Amino acid sequence: MERITGVLDEIMNGQEYVDCDDFLEAGLLDSMDVMDLVEKLEEEFDIEISGRDIIPEKFKNVESIVKLIESYVGEL
Amino acid sequence: MLKSVLDYLEQSEERFPGKAAVVDILGCDTYRELADKARRVGTFLVGKKLESNAVVAVLMDKKRDAFAAFWGTTYAGGIYAPMDCHAPINRLSLIFQVLKPAYIITDAEHREKASELVGPDRIILLEEALKTLPDVGCLQEIQRGRIDTDPLYIICTSGSTGVPKGVVISHRAVIDFTEEASEAMDFSEKEAFANQAPFYFDASVPDLYCTIRNGATLHIIPAEWFSFPIRVLEYIREHEINAIFWVPSALIVTANLRALREVDVTCLRKIMFCGEVMPVKQYNMWKKYVPDARYVNYYGPSETTYASTYYVIDREFQKEEALPIGRAAVNTGVLILDEEDKLCQPGEVGELCIRGSGVALGYYNNPEKTAEAFVQNPLSPCYRDIMYRTGDLVCENELGEIMYVGRKDFQIKHMGYRIELGEIENALSSCDGVERVCCVYRENKIVLFYEGTVEEQNLRKRAEESLPEYMLPQIYVFMKSMPMNANGKIDRVYLKTAPVAVV
Repeated sequence: MERITGVLDEIMNGQEYVDCDDFLEAGLLDSMDVMDLVEKLEEEFDIEISGRDIIPEKFKNVESIVKLIESYVGEL
Repeated sequence: MLKSVLDYLEQSEERFPGKAAVVDILGCDTYRELADKARRVGTFLVGKKLESNAVVAVLMDKKRDAFAAFWGTTYAGGIYAPMDCHAPINRLSLIFQVLKPAYIITDAEHREKASELVGPDRIILLEEALKTLPDVGCLQEIQRGRIDTDPLYIICTSGSTGVPKGVVISHRAVIDFTEEASEAMDFSEKEAFANQAPFYFDASVPDLYCTIRNGATLHIIPAEWFSFPIRVLEYIREHEINAIFWVPSALIVTANLRALREVDVTCLRKIMFCGEVMPVKQYNMWKKYVPDARYVNYYGPSETTYASTYYVIDREFQKEEALPIGRAAVNTGVLILDEEDKLCQPGEVGELCIRGSGVALGYYNNPEKTAEAFVQNPLSPCYRDIMYRTGDLVCENELGEIMYVGRKDFQIKHMGYRIELGEIENALSSCDGVERVCCVYRENKIVLFYEGTVEEQNLRKRAEESLPEYMLPQIYVFMKSMPMNANGKIDRVYLKTAPVAVV
């Protein structure tokens, strides 16, 4: 969890995101941010996220990102 | 005689009345419906006593209704100026000080923002205007008095001094571009375009006009979809989109987020891009997944109507190479001039200057900036021959293709050597793990800002391998993400003053 928020802290650059239910709708993630986020998560967890998983539902909020990462590395 | 883009709309309305002209996620307008809406808005504006060549700002997200606003303004003999609804109010105010629009056409969603800019009597709600019955006779009368050098639209670009500049483009310029592009790219009514660029950006001009001229269909893709490009590609596949004019950034994101691997978009036959440098690395990724499409690298500033040169990619490129920007479009004149305004020889670097019908009428309400950039061709002193100085440095390669070298303003002198910062950027941007680089000159030092997973030592190694010693950056600064300006380009002005310890 902290590892994920650590990555998100970097991407969000001071924007308040923890309680946000929908990053995209709130305008917190543009396409360049998504590119960065995917790259940083892959680095942090040493995984390769499939293109199939790079969809809005899986990057909606902290919870959904945790779920996504858990689907690669098991329970965090 | 073709003298107005309205001829495109009316011809396509006659040929394909029931065919979809423009589609967005909420629905579709056929050619008949689009033309009818445009005539309603036009008639409404005439009723509002819109003067000939008065500016009408359009404050709307990109959607079908924006088309009705643009074409309606054109019917009424006005100049439409698309606005970025998400721009801060201060920037919009600056633009309004320059353009002094007679009216704003907007929708319920942006009405409040509009009311911060002008009084209520100058705000037009599109849905209201659409209730007007079209007066065809009156609109025809207005068109009779118009000529092809009358302005069609104004696109705002950022000025180096901070005051936005409004580039004024005539009907003739758009017709010149559209005719040439349609012939060169074999566009027909079979084209289905997917729009990526916002309408306040010059990169959307081919979407608007190549579509209507050819009786094709334009699909407007919401901007936010590009954050997760799989959805965009699925749309392309489902709707059998076969042609796109996108900015390289959108192609880069799509490639980097592995969307191409997941969705088969081999329905795309023509992939055209313009607006910034397309890196060969991501071009090759596209080429791998969509091998049979025609790829075209367009080049040109807003001041010369979308593009002035282009290169239809006809050979393979390695990632450390750069794509040429090709040759002048038909009916466009390009000159490469050295510092003494003499023609450059092949291989010599000079400023690209552009002549022809596509050249803008100037910057709205700004004679000083206009006079600086739109100048008399020094090679023909005996009659009026205006060219636009792009500020872009180029050279011709051994195949006669023009290669982009960098910006004139980024030329520096360092330890007595003349250096193009763009050249350093080109050398390092192909390094593995590099997303983007930007080089600036601060306090007599070359500073490289970079984004990506690359290690600094690898970047230094690459620099040493590919650049002379005097061109090596002295300071490397890792950036989580590059700052962007309002035009979606790297904000160099910010990087020149960003608080970085330059010791």
